[in-house]
Amino acid sequence: MDYKRITLLSGHYGSGKTNIAVNMAEELRTMRERVAVADLDIVNPYFRTRDSEDELKEAGIRMIVSEYANSNLDIPALPQEMYALVDDRGLSSVVDVGGDDRGALALGRIAPAIREEQDYDMFLVVNLYRPLTPDPDAVLEVMAEIETASGLPFTGIINNSNLGAETSPEDVLRTVPAAEEIARRTGLPLVLTCAEKCVARELEGKVCNLFPMHLQKRPV
Amino acid sequence: MKGNEAIAEAAIQAGCRHYFGYPITPQTEIAAYMAKRMPKIGGTFLQAESEIAAINMVYGVSSTGKRVMTSSSSPGISLKGEGISYLAGCDLPALIVNCQRGGPGLGGIQPSQSDYFQATRGGGHGDYHMIVLAPDSVQEMAELTIRGFELADEYRMPSMILADGTIGQMMEPVSFDFEIKEMPEKPWTTTGTKMQRPHNIVNSLYLKPEVLEQKNFERYEKYAVICEKEQRAEEYLMDDAEIVVTAFGIAARVAKNAVNAARAEGIKAGMIRPVTVWPFPEKAFKKALGTAKQFISVELSMGQMIEDVKLATECRVPVSLCCRVGGMIPSPDQVYAAIREAAGKAGE
Repeated sequence: MDYKRITLLSGHYGSGKTNIAVNMAEELRTMRERVAVADLDIVNPYFRTRDSEDELKEAGIRMIVSEYANSNLDIPALPQEMYALVDDRGLSSVVDVGGDDRGALALGRIAPAIREEQDYDMFLVVNLYRPLTPDPDAVLEVMAEIETASGLPFTGIINNSNLGAETSPEDVLRTVPAAEEIARRTGLPLVLTCAEKCVARELEGKVCNLFPMHLQKRPV
Repeated sequence: MKGNEAIAEAAIQAGCRHYFGYPITPQTEIAAYMAKRMPKIGGTFLQAESEIAAINMVYGVSSTGKRVMTSSSSPGISLKGEGISYLAGCDLPALIVNCQRGGPGLGGIQPSQSDYFQATRGGGHGDYHMIVLAPDSVQEMAELTIRGFELADEYRMPSMILADGTIGQMMEPVSFDFEIKEMPEKPWTTTGTKMQRPHNIVNSLYLKPEVLEQKNFERYEKYAVICEKEQRAEEYLMDDAEIVVTAFGIAARVAKNAVNAARAEGIKAGMIRPVTVWPFPEKAFKKALGTAKQFISVELSMGQMIEDVKLATECRVPVSLCCRVGGMIPSPDQVYAAIREAAGKAGE
């Protein structure tokens, strides 16, 4: 994919933003020297970028995350290093924004600088198998709420529809028409369709802009 | 979906249109889901000013006969304790969800099972019980929520989903293909006499001790029926099990892996997973005594369910404990090591 300097991932909570962010940062690192993944989640204290701390370190990717993430202290804290995202223009980053409009509020502080620089993408991550975003109408509702809260307009759609470890290629294919409808109704491009690597292999040639991913955690 | 979302969606499908709560990690997704959905389906979501207010709102709605629920996590359930006792004392049905976290005190936000005593013994003051259901998967979060409403209505008493932070937070696909029983007639509700019948009174205060004693006797006769009819457990590889692992909820998922590993090595291991922790599934334990040489209770507590295991087996075989606490979860290897030790293979 062609990455802008800042790639923002936003969407309904549990849509898979953190997992995509880690995978994108790893791809971005093959193209650029200085790469960071930033976790600005102020909604959910679990399932954070820090779960992938070791592999990010190994890949030479800087991790910007609140020191309280994955700890027992459940407070909506932002990492102090978040200002590097806009101040350090030599740094390319993937920014994992917290869920829903409440999570997107965290962007407010840096949104003016991002808008001014005009070198960003903000993607709406969609999992149509999540119970509160089952169809384009519900997705568009969440999208409008996030844009209002963040002060940044979206530039593309990422279809990350999945059923966790039980996802079949057919499960992904079944969501393509709805994802295309979301793209059509918003006037935004469907930039990626994500799938776990083994599932993605079976989708080659059937889905455009496929993004094969490794998953952060395996179920018990 | 998430375990917490499965509870909320199942409650809606069971006909619950009244939710009162107060946010606390790791169960807040239940409240968030209800806040989004209730206004769209003509229901009521209300974030109360405290847990104590929320449980008393539950008391009020239950008195009118409607299906109603609240949810919280460990410290919040302690706050609800007084209200839960009042529900029991008034014979009011309601569903209470406890998505447990580490304790005591403020503890931590990681999963725990250390509210077992509180849930199975009552939790509040007075002689009473709740029906307590312990799901081990997101699918069961949904199913047991529906059963929880049904059982509460059938027996006119509060029921509880005793989950934990892991099952509340984790995501699994769920099928909502449930048969839901019709709500029974509720001739006792306080919905207005319309001058057609005597007043119904919902109350737990009795001025005469003889009457209060009689109320307690009647309630315990009901509990005896529940103990006889409603015990539920999953029995896994139990036909010839000599080492019986017992665990509920998330601990059972870990323990099952260890039982499978032990079986692969030729150890006759099996598992009893209580699905109802009150009533405790004594029958499954008594049956296990035919082959069992040792029980191992796997818990995310310092050993609470182990007391019920000893009572159910009348201490006829040794019962040992395998646990992690404070938000930590035992690993399959830890449980496997405990099984090997029990089988006399520790040094091999």
